[in-house]
Amino acid sequence: MRFVRDVWTVTRKDLLIESRTREILLTTMFFALACVLVFAFGFVREGRPVQDAAAGILWIAIAFSGTLALGRAFERERQGETLRALLMSPIDRPALYLGKLLGILILLSAVELLVVPLVALMFQAPLFDHPLLMLGLLAAGTLGFAAVGTLFAAMLVRARSRDVMLPVLLYPITVPGIIAGVRGTAALLQPEADQPMALAWLAMLVFFDVVFVTMSLWTFEPVMTD
Amino acid sequence: MPVDFTALRLVEVSRTFGRRRALHRVSLTAEAGTITALLGHNGAGKSTLLSIAATLLQPTSGTVKYGDTEARQGGRDLRSRIGMLGHDLYLYAELTAAENLRFFAKVYALDGVEARVDAALDRAGLTTRRDDIVGGFSRGMRQRLALERALIHEPRLLLLDEPFTGLDEAARGALRTRLRGAREAGAIVVLTTHDTAAIEGLTDAAVTLVDGKLAA
Amino acid sequence: MRKLFTPLAVVTGAMFAYAPFMILDAPYESTMGLVQKIFYFHASCGMAMFLAAFASGIGSAVFLFSRKAWADHLAVAGAELTSIIGLIVLVTGPLWARKAWGVWWQWDARLTSTLVMWMIFNAYLLLRRYGGPGSERLAAAVALFGMANVPFVYWSVNVWRTLHPKTSVIPSLVPGMRGPFWYCVVAFLLLSTLLLAMRSDLERRRQQLDELYLAAEE
Repeated sequence: MRFVRDVWTVTRKDLLIESRTREILLTTMFFALACVLVFAFGFVREGRPVQDAAAGILWIAIAFSGTLALGRAFERERQGETLRALLMSPIDRPALYLGKLLGILILLSAVELLVVPLVALMFQAPLFDHPLLMLGLLAAGTLGFAAVGTLFAAMLVRARSRDVMLPVLLYPITVPGIIAGVRGTAALLQPEADQPMALAWLAMLVFFDVVFVTMSLWTFEPVMTD
Repeated sequence: MPVDFTALRLVEVSRTFGRRRALHRVSLTAEAGTITALLGHNGAGKSTLLSIAATLLQPTSGTVKYGDTEARQGGRDLRSRIGMLGHDLYLYAELTAAENLRFFAKVYALDGVEARVDAALDRAGLTTRRDDIVGGFSRGMRQRLALERALIHEPRLLLLDEPFTGLDEAARGALRTRLRGAREAGAIVVLTTHDTAAIEGLTDAAVTLVDGKLAA
Repeated sequence: MRKLFTPLAVVTGAMFAYAPFMILDAPYESTMGLVQKIFYFHASCGMAMFLAAFASGIGSAVFLFSRKAWADHLAVAGAELTSIIGLIVLVTGPLWARKAWGVWWQWDARLTSTLVMWMIFNAYLLLRRYGGPGSERLAAAVALFGMANVPFVYWSVNVWRTLHPKTSVIPSLVPGMRGPFWYCVVAFLLLSTLLLAMRSDLERRRQQLDELYLAAEE
């Protein structure tokens, strides 16, 4: 129980800070919007989007803005060296990891609340036709990305070149998650939605999440302690 | 019951970073109810030693003991007995003074959180500023708050990295008083500084590091 | 251990010297002719790359949890080898594809997966090089995650590609081809083992040099 309380203490603190300034939330949302716009110019011809463009653009926007949000969230912990203070505290390291992860997930969920309807609108993509599957894909995909991202962002806090290192490390590792998210979404966007296919991708995502959340929890302590 | 101890013992502690030796066979004992100063120029290894004592860094060789407990076996109980005031103060600039204290009180799983927060603010002389964002504080105010944050869980071992830097004479006096108070309460206080004047009459023992080694 | 380097190098060298003759004697593949023969090295390199990647991943895992120096040396050696041999796979693949099917890159499942794995281990090397002090531990996490990712990468890229089927890259092996194929596989595995061992040893000696440097300062 103490574990759960500790996780919530960390998350609540992050949410408190964010609610005060809304800095990461707003800048990330705007960045996601900018992403969607820029990609639109690449993939919309004569007012009609290229097939499957919506799925790709959605997930790329999530990945890019997620990376920025992760970087900024940990930059905050670097400023007062507060991450050190937390590592020195009695909080269990896995609880610290989960606390940060939960905060990131809540933030990214808020961003997705904006981006998903936006993509549906701008690309005439019926993203809401199969809400449960779509929600499942978004949840599982975001979790996998955020789980690995939180670990990497935390471990890079004191590294050099950390700004560019985070995407360099994160994107190749999360490729399966991105593929699953994009193809799963694309399957749902077909004129005849391919639900079994989407479900298969969702299953892979869930499996991916289980493996990588576990591994992140497991490696957080050895990676963070010197 | 959190593990408690009455002495910090570093025995032949060395720490290397690749080809750079930050500490070389440093042995040090600090007892409860004493204030020990670590002196030396910048780069002498003081911060590294403090980080090792705080369990943030592991020595390349040598042992660190808190009473009878070795650093490796300490875990959560040990960490709850250590408090540190780093150079970067460990405060969230976006939160208020009270919120910072409240957060760390919860982190250290203390009871009577509100009472402790009030007491800490009072000791720091920041009661009127309790709901102000820390980002707007002066260096001295932040330092006072950071010190109270480090002490809020009444640690047995209190580590301070260059605590007198950037403080005016009044603030220094206040800090000295606070440290004496911690000593009376039986804490082991270890502080680093390169300013010998600031610790005049304050410390019970002084140790000088030169290039990672103890000076004679 | 170092005593084995020379005999191993000799055996490996001899195998490679003979390999072209074996490959030349192998039967021609029906549709692609001479071009197909690049496959003997291409596929062997693919397997060698996996060996290297797993060595790096396992070394990293051991290093993260036990901080044993040899594990880190193996991790670095494995990552570098993965990068080099991966490069061979990624160059021979398009060369073959261009000649056989007229297109340099057609997002073939296996090549794409290889590309992803290659990038992960290159990221490992970049982190070690530019990450500053303490980056060995961080990179170890990357290699470990990379290794754990192998089945996911393969599965997802495979399913991604089968939606748009193209010609298969590896034809089924005619009996006459099996001999040279396994011969080349063994040759490359021996070469990989040799290079892993030598590179690990080099890393160990570099660390010893650091320690001597420190000792000399006293």
